[in-house]
Amino acid sequence: MKRKLKRYNIPAFIFLAAGSALMLFPFVWMVLSAFKTPADVYAYPPKWIPSSFKFDNFNEVFNKIPFWRYYANSIFTSVCQTFLQIFISVTAAYALAKLKFPGSGKVFAFIQSSMFIPAVVTMIPLFVVVSSLKLVDTYAGIILPQISGAFTTILIYSFFVSVPNELLDAAKIDGCGYYSMLSRIMLPNATTAISTAMLFAFLSHWRSYTWPLIVTNKTELRTLPIGLKYLVQETSSEYQLMMAASLMAIIPILIVYIFTEKQFVRSLTLTGLKA
Amino acid sequence: MVRKYVLNGRSYETAQTVAAAVFLLPTIVTMIFLFVLPVIQVITMSFTNWNLATGVRNYIGLKNFEYLFTDKTFGKAIVNTFTYSAFKLSLDLVLSLFIAVLLDSYIPLKRMLRTIYFAPVVVPIVASSLIWIWFYDPGIGPFNQILTFFGLPKLQWLYHENTALLSIGLFSVWKGLGYNIVLFLAGLQNIPDSYMEAAYIDGANSKQAFFRVKLPLLSPIASFVIMMGIINSFKVFTEINVMTPGGGPLNSTMLLVVYVYQQAFTNGRMGRGSAAALILFAIVFILTVLQKNISRKTVHYE
Repeated sequence: MKRKLKRYNIPAFIFLAAGSALMLFPFVWMVLSAFKTPADVYAYPPKWIPSSFKFDNFNEVFNKIPFWRYYANSIFTSVCQTFLQIFISVTAAYALAKLKFPGSGKVFAFIQSSMFIPAVVTMIPLFVVVSSLKLVDTYAGIILPQISGAFTTILIYSFFVSVPNELLDAAKIDGCGYYSMLSRIMLPNATTAISTAMLFAFLSHWRSYTWPLIVTNKTELRTLPIGLKYLVQETSSEYQLMMAASLMAIIPILIVYIFTEKQFVRSLTLTGLKA
Repeated sequence: MVRKYVLNGRSYETAQTVAAAVFLLPTIVTMIFLFVLPVIQVITMSFTNWNLATGVRNYIGLKNFEYLFTDKTFGKAIVNTFTYSAFKLSLDLVLSLFIAVLLDSYIPLKRMLRTIYFAPVVVPIVASSLIWIWFYDPGIGPFNQILTFFGLPKLQWLYHENTALLSIGLFSVWKGLGYNIVLFLAGLQNIPDSYMEAAYIDGANSKQAFFRVKLPLLSPIASFVIMMGIINSFKVFTEINVMTPGGGPLNSTMLLVVYVYQQAFTNGRMGRGSAAALILFAIVFILTVLQKNISRKTVHYE
């Protein structure tokens, strides 16, 4: 048999590079346009490079909308949601993976079944409950209905199962109880899984749109995605401002993504489910 | 001495069961309040004429469902949802499979390319929607400027009933392509080299090896991608609410979720909204069951 030499597939590379340029084009356009003046925006033929790199558009965004307030709201709600969701997921995953009790299979199936219920089905009753508890336009109203995490529970569960039982038995002999076993044995042995789950939960809460849209009326309570949505109406086609605001919203998330890309992509393919 | 008890012929440690109950409590509580009770409530609400604006709330039997089955906008929402998923999926499937196969070959900068293709998946949908609103601007949008450059007629994109759903679809393909690429790529990398070598030894050329060996082995992922794509098109909301608020010109971008949202939160018709949400749930449920069965029957396992 003739052995093929390993040589780069150049046509494939050229095609992929061209395709990736198309995928990146919207981002490049956004970055350049965030600095454009209104005259640049309306210029024909289209102006690619802004006439100057001043931060006027960014300042105007801050004047027009309470941008940092939206940012702080997004960070605060996403962090709380992530923390609560991971706490719930870790405890449940530990019980399901390592404790023996009647009906564990049924509990697992019950948790799994919640993944098949589209958010829109529970949205109306949740809104009714939240408004009857007077939680509309409060942080609790934004945070609490979004903390269940079947996906993260199963993700962490699949890692917890592979922690060797011998470790737990040894700890038991040393006098370790079921509660300290979680913090002393399970957590240190599953840091990758838990950080992956946290990253996944944080990104999905950071992107969350429909629920905060429904449950907030006041400007001060808007999260970043909701603030960006209303910016479209408030600026009426001042695209350069929309680009400046989008850029500021995207940058932190892109940085996190670039540094954790491998972990993030793995967490998505592992369970094969979309946020 | 460890306390034990026996249930259905199996013995359990009491302390361990108590610990499990404590650890599961947060999950059980959130599941009950965020899934079980809401699902029961959405069913009971669908039999009422609850109107948030007037406060009226009476039992009206199946009237909401009768209304939906005769409502033209609801019919349009269902047709639009399937049109959207057919358009998006066919384009998405071909492109993502093709790109994944290329990425699987021996190329420089492989990881960087994969990172770039996946990037739009990660970015918040609202932020990328804002960029595309500009792209689609009929006056100063780059898309129309490109069309003009090639001497083609301008399109109204998001602002015309014939092109609005297509515009949303194009955006969705760009946004979601990377996700399917990664799934296909993982599938391709799981195919052992020995399979391809065996095919070559048996005299297959590279085309045959691809279509007869690789592609059938990818069929479980392809069927997953197709069914998840259809199911996910019953969840699309953000980009439509941002780019074409209100469901687009002549309801051309009115998908099912948008319909539910409008009935419940724009019109205050909680009963009608609940009924529509239940129909959506039923469709998604049937599709999910179908997906499980199809992947069990038609999929090629090793």
